[in-house]
Amino acid sequence: MTIDVPTTGRSLPQLQPISFIGADGRLTDTPTEGLRIPSDATLTGLYRQMVLVRRFEAQVTHLTRQGRLATYPSAAGQEAAEVGATTALAPNDWLFPTYRDSAALLTRGVPVAEILAAFRGDWHCGFDPHEYHASPAATPLATQTLHATGFAMAAKLKGEDAATLTFLGDGASSEGDTHEAFNFASVWQTPTVFVLQNNQYAISTPLREQTNATMLADRAAGYGMPGLRVDGNDVAAVFAAVSAALERGRNGDGPTLIECLTYRMESHTNSDDPTKYRDAEEVEHWKQFDPIDRLEKYLRQSGALDDAKVAEVAEAAETLAASVRDAMNQEAEVDPRELFAHVYATPRTALAEQQQVLEAELAAAGHA
Amino acid sequence: MSVETGTDPTTDPATDSTEVDDETATAASAQGDTATGTARAPEAGPAASSVTMTKALNQALRDSLADDDTVLVFGEDVGRLGGVFRVTEGLRAEFGSNRVWDSPLAESGIIGTAIGMAMNGMRPVVEMQFDAYAYPAFEQIVSHAAKLRNRTKGRVSLPITIRIPYAGDIGGVEHHSDSSEAYWTSTPGLTVVTPSNPADAYSLLRESIAADDPVVFMEPKSRYWMKETLSLPVTTAPMNRAQVIREGTDVTLLAYGPTVQTALETAEAGAEHGLSIEVIDLRTLSPFDDETVSESVRKTSRAAIIHEAAQFGGYGAEVAARLTERNFTYLSAPILRVAGFDVPYPSPKLEEFYLPTVERVLDALESWDWEL
Repeated sequence: MTIDVPTTGRSLPQLQPISFIGADGRLTDTPTEGLRIPSDATLTGLYRQMVLVRRFEAQVTHLTRQGRLATYPSAAGQEAAEVGATTALAPNDWLFPTYRDSAALLTRGVPVAEILAAFRGDWHCGFDPHEYHASPAATPLATQTLHATGFAMAAKLKGEDAATLTFLGDGASSEGDTHEAFNFASVWQTPTVFVLQNNQYAISTPLREQTNATMLADRAAGYGMPGLRVDGNDVAAVFAAVSAALERGRNGDGPTLIECLTYRMESHTNSDDPTKYRDAEEVEHWKQFDPIDRLEKYLRQSGALDDAKVAEVAEAAETLAASVRDAMNQEAEVDPRELFAHVYATPRTALAEQQQVLEAELAAAGHA
Repeated sequence: MSVETGTDPTTDPATDSTEVDDETATAASAQGDTATGTARAPEAGPAASSVTMTKALNQALRDSLADDDTVLVFGEDVGRLGGVFRVTEGLRAEFGSNRVWDSPLAESGIIGTAIGMAMNGMRPVVEMQFDAYAYPAFEQIVSHAAKLRNRTKGRVSLPITIRIPYAGDIGGVEHHSDSSEAYWTSTPGLTVVTPSNPADAYSLLRESIAADDPVVFMEPKSRYWMKETLSLPVTTAPMNRAQVIREGTDVTLLAYGPTVQTALETAEAGAEHGLSIEVIDLRTLSPFDDETVSESVRKTSRAAIIHEAAQFGGYGAEVAARLTERNFTYLSAPILRVAGFDVPYPSPKLEEFYLPTVERVLDALESWDWEL
C-alpha cells in the first residue's frame, strides 16, 4: 500500500545557465529551454540602455564620493539583469525594485532627480509610483517580494492584463519574506516574476556562506513553480527569459523564479571596503564576462552596430551623465513643514500641535 | 445567511474553550444601557436582538463586503472554518473564494500581500489569528504599512484593516493572550482602534475598513461573547473619539477593550463606598482623544488608566504623561496606572493574579492622599 500523492509535475532547472551570447560575443550552444534570442533591433536597444545605465552608475558613484549623495549602492556589472528584465515589462506591468535597482528605475523612465532623491536625502521616495508603475525602492530586504505578489493577486482578481516583476538578491534569498512570497505567489498563481540577481555577495558575505544549495533557482521546484537559471550577464538571455515569464503570468499560468548569475563590480555602497572580503583577481576574473563588451562584439559581428553607432551611444551616455551632474548639483528644496503633511489621510490634532512647535522654532530662526 | 453564535467559541486546540459568560455580558449591557446622557447606548430598534461581539464583527464584515467590491477578507482559517473565533463565519460561502479565502499560514506574507493589493486599489481586511502571532508581520506593518503614505508624499494610500484578537482572560496557553497595543501605538502612520462592546465593534470596524489609512483593529478576546441588545447596522460615536460611558465627579477611570468592564464594575463598587467614578472608554488608542479625556480629568482632578499589558513602557505611560503635561494644575494626585505586572503573560491558572481586578483598581485609588 502506498500513500496517494502526486508523482508528476515537478521539474528542476537545467544545471547549465541559459545563455545565447557567450563571453566571447559568439552564440553559445547552451540549451535554452525553448527560449529564442531577441532580434538584433531589440538587442541594439538593450545595448544602448546598458551603456547609459553603466555611465549613470559611474557618475552617481563619483558624485557620492564627492559628497553630493549620502550613500549609493551601484549595480555596475549587473546591467544585463537590470536592463534586460525591466525592458521586458509592458506599460501596465509593475516593477518592485530594491535599493540597488536605480538602473531599473532609470530604464522604467523615472527622471534622474526623482530616482536619486532618496540617496541625496531629500525624501524617502522621490517619484510617483502610479505614474511609472514602479513601487518605491525597498530597503528592508525581500519585503518587496510580497508587495509584488499582493499587487499581482489584485490584478488577477480584477482581471487586469498586468504582471509584476520584483528584484531580489542572493542575500535576500535567505530572508523569510522570500520564502513567503514564493509560496503565496505559487499557491495563488499570481502573475509575478521573481528576478533573483545572484551577484555573489550580500555586502561582504559570499554566496557560499549564504546558501549550501547547488543553485538558488532550484528553490522554485519546492514551491511548485518554474525556476530558470540564466547567465545574468547575457542580456539576450535575461530579456528572453523574463519576457516569457511575464507572458506566462499574464496568461494565468502563475509565477516564475529566474536566477541571474552576475557579479557586483563595485562595493556594496560607497561606504564599505571590498578589499577586506574579496581579491582583486576575482574582480578581474569577472571582467571577462562583462555584459556590454560581449553584446557589442556580437552586434558588430551581426552588423547591427558599427563605430558610428557606438560613438553615438557613448555620446548619449555623456549627455545623461551631464544631466545627472546638473540634477545633483542643484540643491533640492526641502520644506520642514512637509514632515507633517503625509503621515495620515486625515490630519491629527496632536500632530498639528507638534507642527506648531516646529513653526515657532522656524520663525525664531528666521526660516522663511 | 444566519450566523450561529452559540457554537464553540474557539476551535484552536491550544486554547481552552471559554463559556459564554452570560451574567457578565448582561451586566455589561445593563451598565452601558443605564449610563447617563453621554453614554453610547445605541437605540434598540424594532428588530433589536441579542448580539455578541463576534456576531457584530461578522455583520460589519458582511456589510462592508456587500457595499464595496474592493473589500477582500483573507487570513489563516478565515474561509471554510470562519476563523478560530468564528468572526468570518459564512462569509466565504456568501461572497465566494475570490473575496474571502484562506491564506497560507504566514503572517508576514498576509500583511505583505495585503500591502500590494492595497497599492492596486483593493481594501483588504486581514486577520492575525492571535495577538502574538502578529509578531512575524511586525516588519511589514511597521516598515511598510505604516510608512508608505509618508514615503510617497501621499501618492500611495494603504486602506488595510489588520484585525488582531488580543488580551487574555480566556484561559489561553502561552502566546494566546498578549496585549500588543503599545507596539502599534508607538508607530506613526498607524491608527489603533479597540472596541469594548458589540455596538462599537460593528460601527468601528465599518469605519476602519472605510478609512484610507492602515488600521490595527484590536478585538478583546474576553469580550467576544459579550451580548448586547441592538439592531444592526448601528452607528456609534466616530472613530478617534473617546466616550464617557458613566459619569462621575471624584475620579476618571480610563479603560479600553477588555478593561472597560473592569472599570464599570469598579465604578459600581466605588459608588457603594460613596466614590463617584467617571468611566471613559478610549475606543481609539491612536490618535488619543485629548479633548474628551482632558475635559473629564479637569472636572474630577484624579485619573487612573487600566490595561492588561505590562506597565513599564506601556500605553498607560503615554496617557499619564500627556494628561499630566496638559492638566497639571488641575490635578490633585498623580495619574495612576493599574496594569499587568512587568512579567510575561502567565499560564491559565495564574492569569487571575496577573490581570488588573476591581479590587486592585480600588486599592490603587485608595493609595491617593484624598485630603489634597
